[in-house]
Formats: sequence, C-alpha cells, structure tokens
Amino acid sequence: MSNRMKNIVVPLVAVLLGIIVGTIIMIAAGYNAGAAFIALWNGAFGEIYYTGEVIRQVTPLILAGLAVAFAFRTGLFNIGVEGQLIVGWLAAVWVGVAFELPKFIHLPLAVLAAAAAGALWAFIPGLLKAKFKVHEVIVTIMMNYVALHVSNYIIRTVLSEKSDRTEMIADSASLRSPFLEGLTDYSRLHWGILIALACVFIMWFLLEKTSKGYELRAVGFNQHASEYAGMSVSKNIILSMVISGAFAGLAGAMEALGTFGYAAIKGGFTGVGFDGIAVALLGGNGPIGIIFAALLFGSLKVGALNMPLEAGVPNELVDIIIALIVFFVAASYMIRIFIDRISKKGVK
Amino acid sequence: MGLMEILLIIIPSTLLWAAPLIFTGLGGNFSESSGVVNIGLEGLMVIGAFTAIVFNLTFVDVFGSMTPWVALLAAMVVGALLSILHAVASITFRADQVVSGVAINLLAIGAALFLVKFIYGKGQTDIIQKGFSKVDIPFLSDIPVIGKLFFSNTYYTSFAAIAVAFLAWFVMFKTPFGLRLRAVGEHPMAADTMGINVTRMRYIGVLISGALAGIGGGVYAQSISSDFGHATISGQGFMALAALIFGKWHPLGVMGAALFFGFAQSLSIIGSSLPFLENIPNVYLLIAPYVLTILALTGFIGRADAPKAAGTPYIKGKR
Repeated sequence: MSNRMKNIVVPLVAVLLGIIVGTIIMIAAGYNAGAAFIALWNGAFGEIYYTGEVIRQVTPLILAGLAVAFAFRTGLFNIGVEGQLIVGWLAAVWVGVAFELPKFIHLPLAVLAAAAAGALWAFIPGLLKAKFKVHEVIVTIMMNYVALHVSNYIIRTVLSEKSDRTEMIADSASLRSPFLEGLTDYSRLHWGILIALACVFIMWFLLEKTSKGYELRAVGFNQHASEYAGMSVSKNIILSMVISGAFAGLAGAMEALGTFGYAAIKGGFTGVGFDGIAVALLGGNGPIGIIFAALLFGSLKVGALNMPLEAGVPNELVDIIIALIVFFVAASYMIRIFIDRISKKGVK
Repeated sequence: MGLMEILLIIIPSTLLWAAPLIFTGLGGNFSESSGVVNIGLEGLMVIGAFTAIVFNLTFVDVFGSMTPWVALLAAMVVGALLSILHAVASITFRADQVVSGVAINLLAIGAALFLVKFIYGKGQTDIIQKGFSKVDIPFLSDIPVIGKLFFSNTYYTSFAAIAVAFLAWFVMFKTPFGLRLRAVGEHPMAADTMGINVTRMRYIGVLISGALAGIGGGVYAQSISSDFGHATISGQGFMALAALIFGKWHPLGVMGAALFFGFAQSLSIIGSSLPFLENIPNVYLLIAPYVLTILALTGFIGRADAPKAAGTPYIKGKR
C-alpha cells in the first residue's frame, strides 16, 4: 500500500475504532447503541435547522484546526489555540461594542482585530522559542490560562460594570445573516463559514505556492539544513506562530461576531482550541483533510445534543469517541504496522 | 487585622490548596524524569476526583470515618489504570506524547461525566458526607506559635503530601531505582547499554504519575470541592505541570513550587478579606503561577531544563 493511501486509510481506521469502542461502551452501559446513532444522525442532519447548526459549529473548528496544523507543518505544536481564540474573541467584541462605523469598515476591523490579538498571543511563545529555546508546548499552555483570567478580568471591569457579560456588538460588526438564518429554519448559521473556507485556501496557497511557505515547511522538516541553506530559523518560527495565532484569533471572531455577539465570563475553556488539535491530527494537517475532520467533529458535537433527548444516552459519549479517535490517530504506529501486515500477506 | 491573624488565615489555606498540586506535580516528576512527557495530568486528576467522590458516596456507610482515605486508594488505582493508556501509546506505540496526553485529558472528562450521568442520572454528583475535615494535629498543635500557625485547623492530607515529596526525593536521588529512572530519561541508549530495561522503567514512571495524579484529584475533590461536576478540576493538572517545571524537575523543588502556587491560589480566593490586598485585582494572583513558570523557563528565574530525552520515544538500535 502506498504512503499516500496509508495517510487516508489510517484516519479512517482511527474513526472506525473510535466508533466501535464507543458502541461497546454504550452496550456495556445498557444503552441502545443503534437508537443512539440514529439520534446522533438526526441531531446533525435530520432537519435543516440542525444542519445549519452543524455548519456553524464547523466554522471555528476549521479555523482552530488550521491554526494547529499550520504550526505543525513548521514543526511547532501550538497547544495554545484555546488562549489565542479567547483573546481573539475578546478583541472582536471590544471593537464590536466600542465603535460605530459603516459595516464595510467595522466588520473587517473587528475580524482583523481578532486575528491581530491571536497573533500577538502566539507571538510570545514564538519569540521565546526562537530566542530562548523554550518549548512552545508549555508556554502556550500557560498562556491559555493567562488569556482566560485576563479576558474575564477585562470583561468584568473594562467592557462592563461588574457584569458577567458585555453588551451586544453593533449590527455593523456582526457576521449574522438573516438570509442564512432563514435558509436554515433560524439556526445561528452566519457568514463566518466563508471566512473559514477562504482561510483554508490561504493556508494551502501560503504553504504550497509561495517561497515563504517553502521556507516554513523546510524549517519544520530540518532546522539545521534550513539554517545551512541560509534561512533564518528563528524568524520562521516566530512567523509560523504568528500566522497560526491569527487563524486561532479568527476562530474567536467567529464566536464573537457570528454565534454569540458578545463575550461572557468563562469558568473554563471553550474546548474549541483542543478540538482543533483533534481536527488537525485527523485531517493530516492538510487543507482538505481539515475540512472533512472539522465536518466530522462538528456534526458529532451538534448531533450529540440530540442523544439524551431521543435515545437517553448522555452526550458525553461523543466526547469519549472524539478522545478515542485522537488517541488512535496518535498511536497510528499500531495501525500502520497492522496495515503493513495485511498488505504483505498478499505478496507472500 | 494583625499579622498573626492574617497568617492564621493564609497558612492553612495555602496548605489546603497546595496538597493536590504537590501530589500531582510529583506524579509528573516521575513520568518526565523517565522521559515521558505527561500533559495528561489534568485528565488523571479528573478521573481521580471522580473515582474518589463516587467511591466516597457509595461506601461511606461501610468505611465510616476512614472513607476518604480508602477513596484515595481507589482514586490512586484508577488513575494508574488510566495512565496505562498513555504509557502504551507513548512508549510502545511511539505516539506523540503531547497528543496522547491531550487524548487522555479529553477522554477523562468525557468518561467521568458520562459515568456520572449513567450512575446518578444528572450532571453533578451529590455532596459527600465525609470529606477530609479540618483537624488540630495532636501534640504538634500544642507547640507555642508554630503549633497554632502550622498544625491547627489544617488537614492531614497536606502533611501527607509533604511527606510523599521527601519520599519521592529519596527514591529518585538515593536509590538505584531512582538513578535508573533518571538515566532512562536523560540518555536511554546509555541506560539500555548498561542493561536497564528502558521500556519497563518508563512504564513504571508513567504508572506512578497516574497513581499520584489520581491521589491529587482525590484530595482536591474530598477536601476542596466535595462533589464532582464538569468544572471540579479546572486547570489544577496544568498548574501541577507548571509546578513541575518551576520546581525544575526535582521533587523538593516541585513541592516548593506547589506550595507557592497554592499560596497564590488561596490568596486569589481569600485576598478580598485581607486588608493589604483589597485593592489589588485578583487577576494578578490568578495568573501569577503561569507567568512565573514562563519566566522560569525563559531563564529569568534560574534556568529550568527538562530531562534530555523527555518527549522522544526510545527505539532500540536507532542512533
């Protein structure tokens, strides 16, 4: 089996294994697994409203996946997408409530503010990695918590008067679309999906079709060789983190300007950033793969909400399945060996 | 409010908040010293907290006042069991250790909440009847001044945590086992050449980390939160990871860092009742552990270097 084929088969096997184990868990707990999967499907695609919600959920997942994947391709692990998303969310809402501008200025400004905030939040770990050789995983984890607490503080003191949430953003900064809502039986579907898809194209173009992208990938493959070839490793590390952070910030803008229209005090993380890791991993860090992976996880997450109602199965089952998929992709060495064994049998 | 009264509030509260961090941080220490990065500490704490609460609620009539301690044992076992997954993925199947850790975190919270709903039919457990309660430690609390400050109105678990830290230091730095564990984390090939079974040592390291993180979660659940829900463990595992780094991968350092972070955490909670802290927004105290960890890594507060082989799988015969 060729390597290309294997890269497609491995994630599929991981998804299959995840679903199988999930099914076993349901059966062991005495639930009706068949009914649960039907409820899951109906909850995601049974009505046009749910499908609208799925696409809405997919939007930030694509961007979070892009953020993780972009860093991955440059040899960096950005586990701080969550924090960059939170500051992006905050920045977008801030611009959304603070100004009154015509829509064609206000909306782009709010979106760019989110990207810039995410980029800045990722710049710090990038800089520390480039200058002090500090591992980006730990720094980005710590930055997640700093983002959470600082954003809560700003919401409570600057953007509101000791309230738990900000005001709604101005209409001129909103991504909401009565047209799309009407099309999907009044789901919260918004224009953000176009931004997400555009970003998929941007990432592909940047990495595959520009010389800067070539440099970024080269640094990811072999730092020493790139250095020897005259590329600046530290500049490329910082650039990669900044672009990755910008994608993450945009994911925050989707929540801020599209889904919610405000920012609220958070007791914990949104989880989108960590799901982004799952998306990037399952999607093999490639643009097309990310779209499919985001679609899978998005429909799982939205469909899960219907499981307790229709089948009486706790929706956390889907979180277990997603975790298992991540686990099996991570341990894909096991799956690859298995595939090799099977395909070799025919040769002998 | 005099200094004495302030200290009487701060010290017991610091010890209370530090105990789970010490246990979990030490767990991370064993895993990372053997060369396996463990981002899954948070998830292991979650499963520990869940197990302890469920065990406590179920068996409180059987074990009476000993319940919390037996529940800790249960949390320890389940934590170790979950960590086997991380060990299998990252040692045997050479998975990316960070990704595997993330999977553990996702899995633990998903599984715990699934089971809570399965067992109790709601999203949160009831509050336990017998948690760890405040005690005056016999004899020691009678010492003038010190007894009142450190040994009154406090918890046995905090002192157990400190004792385990010293034990961990002894095991890691004074026994052949500890030397082997650290050798495997620094230079697995050299260790292998000397006849040490790298895979086995790493499995042991990860299992200990699961056991200790399970205890950490159990301590947190039974002394601080008293029930289990989706937000019971929210970042304590990552803070323990921070303590591990800030403590420079040394058990006593980890203990010190955990005590300091416990201090910061408790200040952010009780700070508003202290006269000199009233006007400082508690956001600074909330982010202090994380910012300090970043500074420590950068080298502003003494450079922290991870075990050399941490994060890389060992493949026999590969240079």
